[in-house]
Amino acid sequence: MTTIVFVTLFCISVLGYVLNRQAATKLRADGTRLHSVPGYHGLYSLLSTLVPVAVLIVLWLIFQGPLIDRFTMSGLPAGSLGELDAGGRQLVLAEIKSISRGRIFGDPEAWKVDAADRYAWMHAISRWMLLGIVIVASLGIVGFARSRVAANFRARHGVEHITSGLMLFCSTIAIFTTLGIIAALLFESIRFFERVPITEFFFGLNWEPQIPLREDQIAAEGAFGWIPVFLGTLVITVVALFLAVPVGLLSAIYLNEFAPSRLRAVAKPVLEILAGVPTVVYGFFAILVVAPAIRSFGASLGIPVSPNTALAAGSVMGIMLIPFISSFTDDALSAVPKSLRDGALALGATRAETVLNVLFPAAIPGIVGGILLAISRAIGETMIVVMAAGLIASLTINPLDSVTTVTVQIVTLLIGDTSFDNPKTLAAFALGMMLFIVTLIINVFALRIVRKYREAYD
Amino acid sequence: MMNDMRKIERDTAVSDIKIHARDVQVFYGDTHAIKDVSVDILDKTVTAFIGPSGCGKSTFLRCLNRMNDTIDIARVKGDIQIDGNDIYHPSIDPVQLRAKVGMVFQKPNPFPKSIYDNIAYGPRIHGLAKTKAELDEIVERSLRRGAIWDEVKDRLHEPGTGLSGGQQQRLCIARAVATEPEVLLMDEPCSALDPIATAQVEDLIDELRRNYSVVIVTHSMQQAARVSQNTAFFHLGNLVEYRETGQIFTNPEDPRTESYITGRIG
Ligand SMILES: Nc1ncnc2c1ncn2[C@@H]1O[C@H](COP(=O)(O)OP(=O)(O)O)[C@@H](O)[C@H]1O
Ligand SMILES: [Mg+2]
Repeated sequence: MTTIVFVTLFCISVLGYVLNRQAATKLRADGTRLHSVPGYHGLYSLLSTLVPVAVLIVLWLIFQGPLIDRFTMSGLPAGSLGELDAGGRQLVLAEIKSISRGRIFGDPEAWKVDAADRYAWMHAISRWMLLGIVIVASLGIVGFARSRVAANFRARHGVEHITSGLMLFCSTIAIFTTLGIIAALLFESIRFFERVPITEFFFGLNWEPQIPLREDQIAAEGAFGWIPVFLGTLVITVVALFLAVPVGLLSAIYLNEFAPSRLRAVAKPVLEILAGVPTVVYGFFAILVVAPAIRSFGASLGIPVSPNTALAAGSVMGIMLIPFISSFTDDALSAVPKSLRDGALALGATRAETVLNVLFPAAIPGIVGGILLAISRAIGETMIVVMAAGLIASLTINPLDSVTTVTVQIVTLLIGDTSFDNPKTLAAFALGMMLFIVTLIINVFALRIVRKYREAYD
Repeated sequence: MMNDMRKIERDTAVSDIKIHARDVQVFYGDTHAIKDVSVDILDKTVTAFIGPSGCGKSTFLRCLNRMNDTIDIARVKGDIQIDGNDIYHPSIDPVQLRAKVGMVFQKPNPFPKSIYDNIAYGPRIHGLAKTKAELDEIVERSLRRGAIWDEVKDRLHEPGTGLSGGQQQRLCIARAVATEPEVLLMDEPCSALDPIATAQVEDLIDELRRNYSVVIVTHSMQQAARVSQNTAFFHLGNLVEYRETGQIFTNPEDPRTESYITGRIG
């Protein structure tokens, strides 16, 4: 049915296109000078029918379900719902719906069967009404658009307005989604802070989010201090950067300045493939290769190493970040004007001196921006640490210990049977909020720095 | 304009040959950019390269300090000697050579460092100064040679990129002078400058002739006439005519030169 509605709309709009186009062509054939070419007159009709009516259809489809549900429930005979609470009402409605689809279990009461009939009937009515309204509205708009065809009608500007409106709408989608995400996070975090004091969250040194699920369950009171969790994120990020920054920088410098062009043609894409490896694969790599290697190496030196180390997770994350940093460095080096490079070479500097003394300082802002963006990726990275870092939050900066991270905790807090009204689950949102704020701050800084260096050489 | 030129005194008589080039060919991949160019460039003289754009002036200039080595696809053939030494001989280190043959580019390209560090960069990497005082002295001398000392002496530690275009170009000249070169190559050094800055740089070029052999690429014939003693006219990779500047402008021998200076090709 919905398909029929859309097809109808489409056919009528195309009809409008043809009508307007013909009318305009005829005007022109009669020797009048048109403001817009006939195609624009046609497009004007097409767009001004298609866009608003399509929006109408979508809104209709969104709202018809809840409205019909409501009508169905309010139309039940008095007293049939009795003392039922919200959950009970939901069940009744679900049963009515399934009866209306012909799936009848057992022997339902007569009033439920009645309601199911009415439910089906209302849906049918709604669909036919929609079809009728779409036909009337689109024909009306087509007629209106047809009546506007005239020599001096600015169909071209009309089309411009409609398309730019459409673009505006699309671009706001992303913005509103972001705002929605922030609002949801904020809302749930506030509910968390109603249950757990804000000072405990920010300054507490213990993270043990176990809450008794049933009254009689014996469990420790939960502790929600985020410091050990955040410290874990920091340790892993630092380890990752220790690997990624030097390797990324040097490989970019080598590829940009020293590598013969044939090697560069091969090595650059290979490096970029690293960026395309799914993080879950890095996770495997961390568990299966890096962690055992570190453990056996530690054992051979007689150093105690825990099975899940920050070092393993961090170094694999560092590998993930290498292409990120090297591509930023590469861009920054390439953005340094060729004239500076020539200037240094013409003074008798070697290539290495040119890179070190002239190109690198000039490229530093871009490189720093890239590193900051890499940091915010490392902080937000989830899969590798879920697989390779630990679960227990411990207050340590030893990379050979097991640590947990903000993202790992969010995942474990939300996995499994959860109800969204205890501090354990809500804590995930508070952590998410903090993650969001930290990465936001870093990104703002990074983008500022990157933009500044872009302007420097105009 | 053209008539003025004859009045300029030209003292090219007593100069030695500084650069001696024979049968130079340059290829960019398959493009033959310089064809059989032979030229003798004199010491303590300003030599101008003129010609329509794309005719290979910059390419030939870059042969003289082996900057073409930095272009992957460029190949240079032929014989180029400076003071009788083959500069393409395997025993010659291009890095050392470039300290002896300074270069100034079309667009002023000061490093994003302080004025002082811009000048001191060359002397530092070549180890020309043993002490801070010596370095200070080199910096001052170079800036004076670049005719910009008075303008920057109170702001030596401010960034070189903060100067005006003309000042930046003179800074770049001073920077090239600081490594104590014997030859100065200039590739259209005034084309990014306004007329006043151009006049200052031209005065400076005339001044530099006392100590160096200067080769300047220019697309302004007036400029060639004002600053140079000898002029070489390039066309499509060939050296068409190379003579005393006054003669080439007033009495060109080759019809191509004549069409160029009268504005028919270019
Ligand atoms: N880096 C390069 N790569 C390939 N071709 C080049 C390069 N530089 C110059 N050329 C070519 O060599 C010829 C001479 O260029 P150039 O020396 O820059 O001329 P001019 O300085 O006289 O304008 C031109 O045809 C140009 O396209
Ligand atoms: Mg040129």
